[in-house]
Amino acid sequence: MSLTPRLGQTGRALLGPGVALLFALLCGELLVLCCGAAPGRVFSALLAGTWGNPYGLGQVLFKATPLVLTGLAVAIPYRAGLLNIGAEGQVVLGALATGVVGMSLPAACPAWLALPAAAGAGFLAGAAWGALPGWLKARSGAHEVITSIMLNFVALALANWLVAAHLAVPESLHTPAVVAGARLARLARWLPALHGSALNLSTLLALGLASWAWWLLFRTRLGFGLRTVGCSPRAALFAGISPGRIGTLAMAVGGGMAGLVGCNFVLGYKGWYEDGFSGGVGFVGIAVALLGRAHPAGVVLAALLFGTLSQGGLAINALVPKELVDVLQALVVLALLCTSRDLRRAALAARQARSAA
Amino acid sequence: MSAILSLVFLVQVLRICLPYALAALGGTFSERGGVPNIALEGIMLAGAFAFVLGAWATGQPWLGVLAGVLGGVGIALLLALVTLRFGADAVVAGVALNLLVAGGTRFLLKLTWDSASNSCRVEAPAPWLAGEGALGALAGLLGHPLFLLAVLLCAGSHVLLFRTRFGLRLRACGEHPAAAEAAGVPVGRTRLWGLLLSGALCGLAGVWLAAEQHQFSDGMSGGRGYIALAAVVSGRWNPLGAVLACLVFGAAEALQMALQGAGTGLPTQLLQALPYLLALVALCGLVGRARPPAALGQGQDGEE
Repeated sequence: MSLTPRLGQTGRALLGPGVALLFALLCGELLVLCCGAAPGRVFSALLAGTWGNPYGLGQVLFKATPLVLTGLAVAIPYRAGLLNIGAEGQVVLGALATGVVGMSLPAACPAWLALPAAAGAGFLAGAAWGALPGWLKARSGAHEVITSIMLNFVALALANWLVAAHLAVPESLHTPAVVAGARLARLARWLPALHGSALNLSTLLALGLASWAWWLLFRTRLGFGLRTVGCSPRAALFAGISPGRIGTLAMAVGGGMAGLVGCNFVLGYKGWYEDGFSGGVGFVGIAVALLGRAHPAGVVLAALLFGTLSQGGLAINALVPKELVDVLQALVVLALLCTSRDLRRAALAARQARSAA
Repeated sequence: MSAILSLVFLVQVLRICLPYALAALGGTFSERGGVPNIALEGIMLAGAFAFVLGAWATGQPWLGVLAGVLGGVGIALLLALVTLRFGADAVVAGVALNLLVAGGTRFLLKLTWDSASNSCRVEAPAPWLAGEGALGALAGLLGHPLFLLAVLLCAGSHVLLFRTRFGLRLRACGEHPAAAEAAGVPVGRTRLWGLLLSGALCGLAGVWLAAEQHQFSDGMSGGRGYIALAAVVSGRWNPLGAVLACLVFGAAEALQMALQGAGTGLPTQLLQALPYLLALVALCGLVGRARPPAALGQGQDGEE
């Protein structure tokens, strides 16, 4: 505790995640030993397969992109005191909307029209699905965690039915391809070293959105209201801010972020919507947002780490089961939760000591 | 004919309802003590996995059941450690635990049976009665030791919560921890017992799931823990109310399966979403009128 006052604000913010990562690393070593493999070899294989070559690095960034978006999808409502567990459903419906709009446009549609239309449809679908639990909470008090979970199942069933019964190309589980104008170019076009990697322009979009989220949260009136509601709904009410409306709005913006994941997969990678493509990115987004302390910059860093783990899982699969990575991700969050209260207390004590001096 | 059909339907409802009911009982104990338990889903999955692992390793179905219950208790203990000892937010911790169990069981599945989807077949506790046809199915369920145990636990939960000193203390911790503390109730320890009970009951729910299939398959809890959570709310934090809500959810799911079998032309996927939609409606319609434990989600000293 005597250590914390000497660290700056940023240092304190990084201490918890640092301790949590260290703990997860130790657990990871133990699990690797349980599998009968050498931790050093596994770790170097993980690094070599990710940051060790341009292709691996491209794939890390490609896998981090949806995590930035789903991380923001959880982080923005979290700042307003709401836990958005429904990112998975928002991802699926958003991507489906992107795919459907992308394939329905006239074939000669120019990119400046096709791209915003397809991406905008994804944003709107995700936002609508995300706003629903927020609105239900404001209206009836139903806890957003349970309702957004239920809505996940409903969204998955809905998308599955729409694709299987109406949209799919015969004998497949994907929709017809989007028009050429709605495709996002791969970065390998300008950086030949990335050849083979699916890294595309949506990564830049995700980074731009993270900056926008920072501006929204910390530099606008709305963001101030949002954070006020998160700190104390009662205080917000006295200040004339409606917690219900702000909560619904925060969930809608978050849902919209998740809805844009389709840009990476549909517009940047496959060119169509595919059933079951999401593979849990919505849930990993929860871990990303918590590790990133619900701060956009933290979210980007955490997404980078989890993207590395996700790509690294493939690289180490020959040595240990790649499911190890899922365990590590959850352990990071649990360890982080354990450190947060003590750190909060330490920070409080430091502030009191300073004001007393 | 229709009488037989409805008998088959009744058996189906009870079979489906059983894991919901056990998990919802678990959720009731945890939440009555003031700790929201989102981890029901993970606890159930852990119970199912531990049952299969135990039954497979020892060859004894009943040792498997014990292992399943202990597996559930283990996850509940982790939740208790993170929330009661380290003061973390119980909802976030529950979500993290669900991720941990989902990943952990996949990891162990690969390690133990070298499969990404399911374990090998194991023996489950056998029913004491058996027979032919619909009546036989009913006898097989009513004479199943796990079913009888579950019925006993339903009744026992009501007595424990409303007729014993422990139940009174637990409810006090959920309503006003500071007052309970002042009256000499050890809040932390009482809540810990509530959570452990929750883990045992919900672990048993997982045992039933895996015992019916004679194996573990990846993600086999399939959202049942969350439905059970909705049942806790719909049942107004009463054990018997929660069981009643679970019967409704079980009936919806059985109806959904019967409709699918009858080939009504309704899309399968939408029918499968029916229980979740029903839970949503129940939550939003009832939660406003039902009063949760006053200190639900609050720490020992009343802080958030």
